[in-house]
Amino acid sequence: MSSDTDAFITREEIDPTDEGPLSGRTVAVKDNISTAGVPTTCGSAMLADYVPPYDATVVERLKDAGARIVGKTNMDEFGMGTTTETSAFGPTDNPAAPGRVPGGSSGGSAAAVAAGEADLALGSDTGGSVRCPAAFCGVVGIKPTYGLVSRYGLVAYANSLEQIGPIAPTVQGAAELLEVIAGPDERDATTREHGAETAYASAADGDVDGLTIGVPTELVEGADEAVVEQFEAALEDFRVQGAETVEVSLPSVETAVQAYYVIAMGEASSNLARFDGVRYGPTAAATDDAEAGNWNDAFAAVREGFGEEVKRRILLGTYALSAGYHDKYYDKAQDARAWVRRDFAEAFETADVIASPTMPVPPFELGESLDDPLQMYLADANTVPVNLANLPAISVPAGETAEGPVGLQLVGEAFDERTIIRAASAVE
Amino acid sequence: MTAQTAERDLSAVIGLEVHVQLETDTKIFCGCSTDAADDEVPNSRVCPTCLGLPGALPVLNEGAVEAGVKVGKAIDAEIPEETSFHRKNYYYPDLPKNFQITQYDAPICADGELAFRVDGEERTVNIRRAHLEEDPGSLQHAGGSIDTADYTLVDYNRAGTPLMEIVTEPDFRGADEVRAFLAKLEEVLEYLGVFDASRDGSLRVDANLSIVDSKTLDGDDISAALEDANRTEVKNISSHRGAQQALAYEETRQKNAVRRGREVEQETRHWDESRGITVSMRSKEEEKDYRYFREADLPPLRVSGWKEEIAIPELPDARRERFRGEYDLSAESASKLTSTKQVADFYETVAAEFDSDLAATWVADNLLGELNYRDMQVTDVEGRLDEFTRLIDLVDGEAITTKNAEEVVLRRMLDDGLAPDAVVEAEGLGKTDDNAVLAAVREAIEENPDAVDDYESGEEGALNFLVGQVMQATSGSADPGTVNERLRAELDE
Ligand SMILES: [Zn+2]
Repeated sequence: MSSDTDAFITREEIDPTDEGPLSGRTVAVKDNISTAGVPTTCGSAMLADYVPPYDATVVERLKDAGARIVGKTNMDEFGMGTTTETSAFGPTDNPAAPGRVPGGSSGGSAAAVAAGEADLALGSDTGGSVRCPAAFCGVVGIKPTYGLVSRYGLVAYANSLEQIGPIAPTVQGAAELLEVIAGPDERDATTREHGAETAYASAADGDVDGLTIGVPTELVEGADEAVVEQFEAALEDFRVQGAETVEVSLPSVETAVQAYYVIAMGEASSNLARFDGVRYGPTAAATDDAEAGNWNDAFAAVREGFGEEVKRRILLGTYALSAGYHDKYYDKAQDARAWVRRDFAEAFETADVIASPTMPVPPFELGESLDDPLQMYLADANTVPVNLANLPAISVPAGETAEGPVGLQLVGEAFDERTIIRAASAVE
Repeated sequence: MTAQTAERDLSAVIGLEVHVQLETDTKIFCGCSTDAADDEVPNSRVCPTCLGLPGALPVLNEGAVEAGVKVGKAIDAEIPEETSFHRKNYYYPDLPKNFQITQYDAPICADGELAFRVDGEERTVNIRRAHLEEDPGSLQHAGGSIDTADYTLVDYNRAGTPLMEIVTEPDFRGADEVRAFLAKLEEVLEYLGVFDASRDGSLRVDANLSIVDSKTLDGDDISAALEDANRTEVKNISSHRGAQQALAYEETRQKNAVRRGREVEQETRHWDESRGITVSMRSKEEEKDYRYFREADLPPLRVSGWKEEIAIPELPDARRERFRGEYDLSAESASKLTSTKQVADFYETVAAEFDSDLAATWVADNLLGELNYRDMQVTDVEGRLDEFTRLIDLVDGEAITTKNAEEVVLRRMLDDGLAPDAVVEAEGLGKTDDNAVLAAVREAIEENPDAVDDYESGEEGALNFLVGQVMQATSGSADPGTVNERLRAELDE
């Protein structure tokens, strides 16, 4: 086992509490998922010394299912990034394309699986953070339907958008892990019974005969030529196996990236407000202001400790929620979100799953995108609409370009994880 | 215009934001207890959720929503189809998440009203809305006030206690009305069983006060007049009396300013209870922007059927009326006996067993009087109400005298925690039988020949002296009327 990839922030084993479907398997856990007694840093200097006193529901379920947790994986600070380079603990290399980023924000989890340092991994996906690194590292990642997996213990970045999701070398492996972590939790009021079949592992049977796959032109047009080539090959593979491909339209995705960032940053500005130095982060320096009882200045001084990307998003999110801008940005973004949801619903009238490249580009070189946040944000164009619509999606490897792996994204209807697992298993 | 007419033409316009702690078993978004022990250790009633630990999530305690619906029914408010929560974002060291989960556009109650009496007149104040929210933690400034403390400690035991914020329209015209309203509001909330006034910090009031020309109050719409007038927000009020004093002070202060032609500054002021004045918070309050947005962790809750499903007890006004009719009580007695739900319940228990007048005297005058004298409430002796019933039983069965029951037994019950029979036993108060009275009468006559002579020569005062002697000899357990009779009979023989 090599640790050249720097996939982990903390390497610490957590024993299973019972025998179960994951007995004998190792799982890497993203460092924004709370583990009792084991540091949970979120890739941030602000939480470098934070040790949660409780386990996230998914961690409890892993332990009960017999899994051995092998460590906490590197990530973009608080999940804010597409490359894992905003981590306060340094970047992670891509085992499938050395010298390039592993994607983000769950880059450490995908890299750990790609490098064989863990059999399986958990990531979290707010706007593509499981699917992007799965695509870049040549592994499988699932973003479950909002409400399928408990978020209790997941340190929130944008709580109306995110879900914890599995990462594995195979569709089967990802489905098995999903089966363990899915299901209602009384500690997360947004989880619910949905009535759909939950035997995910058995759905990975490769049977796509008669399946209709919708292809939204809007999500293919802007992609890299080399990526599109691999994507077309995957579609041909589907057709060979008896599936039909049809063109569908998702005109709303044009505004999805903007809407996504307004909502995500708005929520982040609130979710990250608690890191003010009272209980988290470096102790407020004994400034004159702090001694004079001016805690606002003391808070501000401590919050300088966030990384640049986090500060940018908190500031923009605060702005978008402020009086006078709330209507113009936040409310409009919510309208756009509703529009995206309707567009998908319409597309599902003709298609069983919707396919696109997961990422429109191959993995960036390390350091390439750091100075250009806008380029990074636009790379999320294919993944964020899924979070806005609360839908499930899977990224499955679909060939390689000269710069690294390509991922195929398959989106399903709410709580119909089985159909996207079945479809993905046909082309892996 | 002279100063005096100006004074007469000015009127205060007051609106309130009343925060009350709702009585529920557990906190509003987690399973921690709301039961604060007097000597509890700081940060002992906490969990990841009420501490705001990263990753912890709120789960709505429907008991708090139920309490909210009860209040809504009592103030005749509209209950929405669906109620939901928002985040109110602001930084304060006692706020675990630096946002408060509260309600914004779908409060549990809207458009209610509450009637109360002040100076013998009925008034009704409109309630714009009442919404649910979580209480922050509390700060302890070590070694002084917020300005002088060396350091500040945070206790999160209170964090997550369910609060209801009740917002009135600016319908009050004076501090007396505010006090009467708050008393009535507390009475109603206690009747509903959703509020405990004896709990520390259970009531907190912010008040807005403006001074306007009285003439502008004649029309239906006073918003234009309010628009022109600067208002102050008075914070840190925690009692009815405090509200009355703070607002009376503020009214005078603003009227004086207006009469002297000075502009009232639009500002937030702090009620300093110990000095009896309001003080400017000085720091130039910028317009607060709480950046409200939907709390996605809590799905909206459908409450459309709740108003019909949830029953509320008979409210104080209705009960007062019923008491007057059913038990034939005076307005004053009925009012005293319905002052709290516990008193009214106890009265009804007693009245079911004894004559309703006797029950009224014992509950309203004797028990409440003695409790009041000791600064106690009926709730302080809740577990001993059967002992008071026993005491009334002793009086009603003439086992002890009314005087002893009132002056000895009841007092020792309250002061020493004794049961009534134990006091009777210890003090030897059992009513003395006729033979013993007769023996004492004869003894008194024998030992006081001078008094007997005086009586025989027509001095009525001598009889009183002899009665006193007999009462002393029987330790007060004899009935003075009987003693009087027996003495006359013996002397006149
Ligand atoms: Zn708690």
